[in-house]
Amino acid sequence: MTAEMNLTIDGLQVDIQDEKNILEVIRKAHIELPTFCYHSELSVYGACRLCMVEVEGRGLVAACSTAPEPGMKLRTQTPQVRELRKMNIELLLASGNHDCPTCGKSGSCKLQSLAERLGVTKIRFKAPIPERPLDTSSPSILRDPSKCILCGDCVRFCDEIQGIGAIGFTHRGSEATVAPAFNKGIAEVDCVNCGQCAAVCPVGAITVKSDIEQVFAALGDPAKTVIVQVAPAVRSAIGEAFGLPNDTFSTMGRIVSALRRLGFHKVYDTSFTADLTIWEEATEFLQRKEKGGKLPLFTSCCPAWVKLVEHDLPEILDNLSSCRSPQAMFGSLAKEILPGKLGVKREDLVVVSVMPCTAKKFEATRPELGQVGAPDTDLVITTQELARMIQDAGLVFEELPVESLDMPFGFKTGAGVIFANSGGVSEAVVRYVAGQLGEESPAIRELRSDRSRRTLELPTRLGPVRIGVVYGLAEAQRLVKEIQAGESDLDFVEVMACPGGCIGGAGQPVTHSDKVRGQRTQAIRRVDAALDLHCPQENHYVKEIYSERLETPNSHQAHHLLHTHYQSRRRIQGEGISLSEVTGVPKIPVSFCVGTACHLRGAEVLLKKVMACVEEEDLGERFDVRATFCMEACDRGPTVKVDDIVLHGATVESVMGLIREVLVEKVE
Amino acid sequence: MSTVAMDLNLEKIGTDYDAVASRCARRVVICAGTGCMAGGALKVFKAMHEEAKAQGISLEINLDFEETGDRDGLLTKSGCQGFCQMGPLMSIEPDGILYCGVKPADVAEILRKTFRGGELVERLLYKVPATGQVCKGHGDIPFYTQQKRTVLAACGSMDPEDVREYIARGGYAGIRKAVLEMSDEDICKSMLDSGLRGRGGGGFPTGRKWDLTRIQPKGKKYIVCNGDEGDPGAFMDRSVMEGNPHAVIEGMMIAARAVGADEGYVYVRAEYPLAVARLRRAVKAAEEIGILGEAIFGSDFSFRLQVMEGAGAFVCGEETALLASIEGKRGMPMPKPPFPAQSGLWGKPTVINNVETLASVPLILSHGPAWYRAMGTAKSPGTKTFALTGHVANTGLIEVPFGATLRQIVFEIGGGITGKDGAIDNDAFKAVQIGGPSGGCLTREHLDLPMDFDSLTSIGAMVGSGGLVVMNQSTCMVRIAKFFMQFTQNESCGKCVPCREGTKQMLQLLDDITEGRATEETLPLLEQLARNVKLGSLCGLGKTAPNPVLSTLKQFRAEYEAHVHRKVCPSRECKALVTPEIKADRCKGCTLCARKCPVGAIEGERKALHTIDASKCIRCGVCVEACKFNAISGI
Amino acid sequence: MSINTSEAPHSARQFAKVLQILASFGNEEAKLVPILQAVQEEYRYLPEEVMTFVATALGVPPARVYGVATFYGHFALEPKGKYVVRVCDGTACHVKGSQNLVDTLRGILKLPEGKKTTPDMLFTLETVSCLGACGLAPAVVINEDVHGLMTPESTAALIEGIRREEGL
Repeated sequence: MTAEMNLTIDGLQVDIQDEKNILEVIRKAHIELPTFCYHSELSVYGACRLCMVEVEGRGLVAACSTAPEPGMKLRTQTPQVRELRKMNIELLLASGNHDCPTCGKSGSCKLQSLAERLGVTKIRFKAPIPERPLDTSSPSILRDPSKCILCGDCVRFCDEIQGIGAIGFTHRGSEATVAPAFNKGIAEVDCVNCGQCAAVCPVGAITVKSDIEQVFAALGDPAKTVIVQVAPAVRSAIGEAFGLPNDTFSTMGRIVSALRRLGFHKVYDTSFTADLTIWEEATEFLQRKEKGGKLPLFTSCCPAWVKLVEHDLPEILDNLSSCRSPQAMFGSLAKEILPGKLGVKREDLVVVSVMPCTAKKFEATRPELGQVGAPDTDLVITTQELARMIQDAGLVFEELPVESLDMPFGFKTGAGVIFANSGGVSEAVVRYVAGQLGEESPAIRELRSDRSRRTLELPTRLGPVRIGVVYGLAEAQRLVKEIQAGESDLDFVEVMACPGGCIGGAGQPVTHSDKVRGQRTQAIRRVDAALDLHCPQENHYVKEIYSERLETPNSHQAHHLLHTHYQSRRRIQGEGISLSEVTGVPKIPVSFCVGTACHLRGAEVLLKKVMACVEEEDLGERFDVRATFCMEACDRGPTVKVDDIVLHGATVESVMGLIREVLVEKVE
Repeated sequence: MSTVAMDLNLEKIGTDYDAVASRCARRVVICAGTGCMAGGALKVFKAMHEEAKAQGISLEINLDFEETGDRDGLLTKSGCQGFCQMGPLMSIEPDGILYCGVKPADVAEILRKTFRGGELVERLLYKVPATGQVCKGHGDIPFYTQQKRTVLAACGSMDPEDVREYIARGGYAGIRKAVLEMSDEDICKSMLDSGLRGRGGGGFPTGRKWDLTRIQPKGKKYIVCNGDEGDPGAFMDRSVMEGNPHAVIEGMMIAARAVGADEGYVYVRAEYPLAVARLRRAVKAAEEIGILGEAIFGSDFSFRLQVMEGAGAFVCGEETALLASIEGKRGMPMPKPPFPAQSGLWGKPTVINNVETLASVPLILSHGPAWYRAMGTAKSPGTKTFALTGHVANTGLIEVPFGATLRQIVFEIGGGITGKDGAIDNDAFKAVQIGGPSGGCLTREHLDLPMDFDSLTSIGAMVGSGGLVVMNQSTCMVRIAKFFMQFTQNESCGKCVPCREGTKQMLQLLDDITEGRATEETLPLLEQLARNVKLGSLCGLGKTAPNPVLSTLKQFRAEYEAHVHRKVCPSRECKALVTPEIKADRCKGCTLCARKCPVGAIEGERKALHTIDASKCIRCGVCVEACKFNAISGI
Repeated sequence: MSINTSEAPHSARQFAKVLQILASFGNEEAKLVPILQAVQEEYRYLPEEVMTFVATALGVPPARVYGVATFYGHFALEPKGKYVVRVCDGTACHVKGSQNLVDTLRGILKLPEGKKTTPDMLFTLETVSCLGACGLAPAVVINEDVHGLMTPESTAALIEGIRREEGL
């Protein structure tokens, strides 16, 4: 180590390695500089101005956006710097509704802890605070703009890591806000409910929607029998809320015990239906591979990923596995089987799930997953919410006895548990198809790597199977584009929205530490290792389900209970943008697709010509010409719909001909 | 794509132009800067053209006339001639006449008397208010004689839409020299030797900025011209862009050659539609003639230019915010470093220069660095344009060498201070705000300070972009500070906490002061906040936002204290601290005031005392003007 | 020219213009600001569906287009009145009393708090930064016409004149 590669922090020499900025060097020196807007995974924003330090010869600089230089002399604690930090916190406290005791983020809020840490004890600023109403439109997250400090972490995460950008900065100056487009409710735009915005928000501006009171209400209702499924990832992280190490084996047993004491009638494990999912999905995959069906097959257990496909990639909807997620399969089976088994009426059975995930709250509301007014999964709470319920009930988690899960839905193999990790679903499929490979095998090493994208090739009796694993939806979209461009040749792709997979879900106790995520991942692997069985095909309770009810995977019955379908949620569709001048009289719609592919085939020229013809033939009163996006016949455009008849490869003649035909029919 | 590049002969274009121009006996230039346009310059132009025809005088409006023979004159619209208070302006050469306040009805007389008769129309000449001296033109009007119009020299005297005239006056010779005779290092060194410092406010040595960009690895580089002059009351850059757009283009080309760029953008505020239009036309003309495009002057140097309009955000004058805007994003600044020289537009090395800076470049290259150094001061060579506005007799656009004093500018060029009723009253001098919302104020004690970058920074002010607002004794300095803070607050991008929240709270405190709600804690809190906003903000907007407050607090603390402690506004401008009243002993109940009041705030019966409802009164003063009995006070 | 509110259907001519605008800028997302400027030129404001359409056509999230449209002062998200009244608030005009003119206008036009356009869609009131007519301060621009040396009285008279012309 040469003497040149270091700098001085408050008089102490610290070496520089490959840190991108002096903030990271300062953290290395065990000084936790306060920040709001700095995130090692996100682009540097430099807005909160809390991390200012003094550099000799340069004055005050923001540590997050200044590169370390050898010989720099930094001071992190000068009177000026301290005053600046306190002033910033005071200004933030004066800028919104920061009433701590009634805020859901109290106790884990960065603004609160910094105010305390820096000794900000009065707010001297009195400019009026604008009214900013709550956004309660989403089942997964709750937005409270009156608490927003405009750090932009949510904006950058949604944009850079998820590649969606459902939420952004609006307006300017003190009118600036963070909001969805046109200030709509977050559920009215392309949000996929991944909840990472809530996970990354340092204050209470975006939080996970709480369903705790509804669960307590169900538990307190003597007419209801409430059962619960616990997702694998929950056990890897809930201990963090109680000061327990992630890999404590007794955590799951304590979760069971806590849930029973809260009043749940039966406690089950989602890992059971995870095993079941593999039976269905692996079979579906092998069928497609053998019979030349749509490949690659994309996993469908991540509801955020599914919604993204519905919004932005409907052309690959057919590539998604038609299998429901483990949560959804559980709800479906539970409502089908348990009333008989437990001797209760179907409508009195309440299925609650505990998930690391906020999108699962949305998934439970999907109309396909249940009957009208009676969803398969009634309520979803997150790991954090369960921890709260445990605290609410006064249970001392760390001292609870260890209890076992109820059967048969509490039974699983290790394959079901590893769903919690990114790469776990794929590994479970591999175990089903090729048996358990050793940890040292290249395939398993690749699957278990922590990179956001991995690909591997597995030799099977059907030939080589190419598997891709991604986490983070921006990365997933990039991969899809490569596949569509023919640059990537994969058979099976696992997509998870959250960093590291479900263990990094937004419902988990908040962390931004790779180390903590790594610990959760390891904890899951240890559970897998400690179980008796590791391959889904070994789960005899699952076998029983087939022999008793479903016959074989992908059977008609299996499809009815365990599979689903998806819907296109394109931004501009259906109604389109109506183009005619005159209003009032109900008209026959003529819709022109102006999506890119049709555009390239001359859709708008066609539109203009047809409009001209319509006017010439004086049909403007009867027909309502519209532009719409996209009728998903991209290879057969231009596509035009007259009334409800679709024309592909449309020309002026064919469109006008159809218009005249339809007019004749309508007249008659 | 120019096939003329190889054959581009500037001299020939120039001599061809002169040959035709010299056949016009006179040159009439009508100022068509935005100010004079608002005053009806176009109507004057049209009237002049038509009346000349009617009187049988051959007045051409461009040099594209076919027939041979001489003409009586060439009529041109120019950019801002600077003497805005006196517009619409018409100059006539070679007579050296400047007619002021010209109306369409005047042109018949001008043509008869001056064109035919060779006489002056005295009533249209400028009279020095203090002495009554009648001035013929630029040669003896003190406003002009005291200036050193260098960058602005061509602005008011040539047709900004005729590239041939620009060339005839030596235009584009600079870039030709740069391309054919100089290396990129030479060009940068020339700039460095000249001592040119950025005219947008930063004052950074231009040569050094270019050199820092030049040494970046070869590849895509950009030149960007910052025409987003947003300071209220500043219109220097606008005048250069309207009056001599080719100078800006040439400056950018030279910069491009110096650093290795092949593409550029001119970013102009949308509030300057004339500047945008003239720049676009100038770019087109330069492309047609072969100056812009590929293989310029037959070399391997290519350059193309796009003009982009801003969309109403002052913060886009900050360089990284400007770049974000060009990239299609919200104009929010980015932390520096990295500086644009290393990583600018789309991450590529970019030079961003102010309009005036760029317009100076061709002159430096043509006349040489020593010529530039000879003007101004040692550390701030050259000249600076200023927009002189406010309570001064001659408002307008001026240019002086650095080192000129405030006294020279305000009293000699500006013609002195105007008092409350508009008459000259040099005792009424209170302060001059320099540098707009980022600047500070200068008072009597600074009148003889030689103005340049460093001398102003040393007293807590700054040159800024060059806006100079003169204020007389009737101005409340607290309100001025509040006006600038309102502006800054409105324009803050909202990204960083100190600026977004700090300026909002500073404005609230200033509002408290002017509305009579201030307490003992207000001033210390305001100062503490100002200090922190200055230190903590991300970009120049926030860092300089507190300057007007800090400067006025320093120079006029007593005024602040009067507002705070005695709840009195010494200048009687803060309406909340002044109550309007109808004096009972004077009111005759004529109801005139009540009828004139636009918001119905005055009530009263005929022949009885009228009263003003203070809550409805907007203090517009119409009633005071209307009352024949001087019965209303307090407004 | 008819005023388009978000409820009224778009004319085919206008929409075709949007397609043309996008094509002329090569569908480049970096050209978002000039694209929106051209769209606003056509519609006199930026309708929501058109912004969403532009976002989809450019392949950027609608939140980004909304963010850009609300950042810059020139973009209007609500339809403007027939007469756009702009009061210059540059330093010179300010010092010569432009704030009075604004207050007078708000009163005469009976503009509700926070609103810029009269309910009958006849007038929109805006303040703009320096128009460069400092010698004529304070200045008021109504659509394209510049009026200098204005007073509250003459301003009121101007509005009255327009109202009479409109038959009110």
